[in-house]
Amino acid sequence: MKRMSVLLSLLLIAACTSGPEKREVTVFAAASLKDAFTELEKSYEASHPGVDVRISFGGSSDLAQQIVNGAPADVFASASPSTMDTVAKADLIDGRAEVFAVNTLRIAVPQGNPKGIRTLADLTKPGTALVLCAPQVPCGAAAKQVAMAAKLTFKPVSEEPDVRSVLGKVAAKEADAGLVYVTDVLSAPGKVEGVDFPESADAVNEYPLALLKKTGQAQLAREFAELVRGQAGRDVLTRAGFGPP
Amino acid sequence: MTLPRLLWVPALLGFAVIVLPVIGLLDRVEWARLPALVTSDAALSALGLSMQTAAMSTLVCLLLGGPLAFVLARSDFRGLRVLRSLVLLPLVLPPVVGGLALLYLLGRNGFLGQLLGVQLPYTTAAVVLAQTFVAMPFLVVSLEGALRTAGERYEAVAATLGAGRWTVLRRVTIPLLLPGIGSGVVLAFARALGEFGATIAFAGSLQGTTRTLPLEIYLQRESDVDAAVALSLLLVVIAIVVIVVARPRAVEGLR
Repeated sequence: MKRMSVLLSLLLIAACTSGPEKREVTVFAAASLKDAFTELEKSYEASHPGVDVRISFGGSSDLAQQIVNGAPADVFASASPSTMDTVAKADLIDGRAEVFAVNTLRIAVPQGNPKGIRTLADLTKPGTALVLCAPQVPCGAAAKQVAMAAKLTFKPVSEEPDVRSVLGKVAAKEADAGLVYVTDVLSAPGKVEGVDFPESADAVNEYPLALLKKTGQAQLAREFAELVRGQAGRDVLTRAGFGPP
Repeated sequence: MTLPRLLWVPALLGFAVIVLPVIGLLDRVEWARLPALVTSDAALSALGLSMQTAAMSTLVCLLLGGPLAFVLARSDFRGLRVLRSLVLLPLVLPPVVGGLALLYLLGRNGFLGQLLGVQLPYTTAAVVLAQTFVAMPFLVVSLEGALRTAGERYEAVAATLGAGRWTVLRRVTIPLLLPGIGSGVVLAFARALGEFGATIAFAGSLQGTTRTLPLEIYLQRESDVDAAVALSLLLVVIAIVVIVVARPRAVEGLR
């Protein structure tokens, strides 16, 4: 019996260390893609036995900087065309980046909407603690665009460095309202509610995806990209709140 | 004492771990754009706010942390050791946890926030409080250490000569302690100046009100890496001036 288990563990070690079975695809993806891509990772691994998908989620500009500075990524899915440009300018993209999803803004309010916010103009009412993204980051640039389209001037109490911080402030009820993405509202059920507004159509945020050069796994990376762009990917992304490109 | 030569190897490596990253930063600086980048509106506003809030939080640290150090070093009661360990908490907590803790205490839904009925988050006062939270242990620890090193002999002598408690404190303990106070103040100021996590979690980030230099750097790196690097250099220079120039003077100059 003991000899058997030793033999088994030796076999296991051999299986884990031997060449072709163990393959990895590394995906760098914008933080807002976390729920959707985690689900796609599972279905990819189910259809590709022996392949391990490793996803690093983070702010798109951080990820772009990491890639430019040599981080080993096979696929990059970014939340803004400008961060993708950073990688493209460094001549690291294989082929071209293609938009695979879009995200729009939505007003996030704490559960129960205590301040009764119904429209974009309600965000400018005195006594409403509004939290936005800073204009330097994509969600803040989008907030600026919708404000201009609606001819409103926002007076936020804070301009956060990323959209999840805005969501956090609203969820903690330290803000009465914030402008976040549709996908962020859906990711915090029971904590925040979403309020749609027509001006959101003026600031559509595009998500490009690209295959990267210098990858040892070009074929696997291509198949992952196809999964994201295909019908299965579309369904998962739609459920997370993303729109079609 | 002469050191074994072999000790120099790890010692130099340790020094390299600390200093080489700063050289990496220097290497990345766009010198041509530097003057414009560090004098932009946003940069100057962040710098001014950082200096103001760090000075204020250092003052609060001194006014509250000084007496705390005296109590820790000179009194004796049950639970003193636990108290001493708790004072170190901000040193081991990630600053962002400190910021969240402050938020849940003093935010609009925090029990103390509701009790006092004040709106602290999103104000400059919140920045000062966050910085005080993280910088306080630096002052307390260095002051307490200085108090223990100084010992109580002179105080005892002064007391036998008829000096009252306040007179001993004012005329004997504090003058002896000045180098320790100086070094604690400098450390607390430097820590407050670099504060990021607790500030962003508790105070938010708005130009001119709560966006200190570290927050501005964090934001700038999203859109303009050159600007972030330039501001980082500014912060490094200030920090070096503070610790290299001020600290040895505070420690040694008054001996």
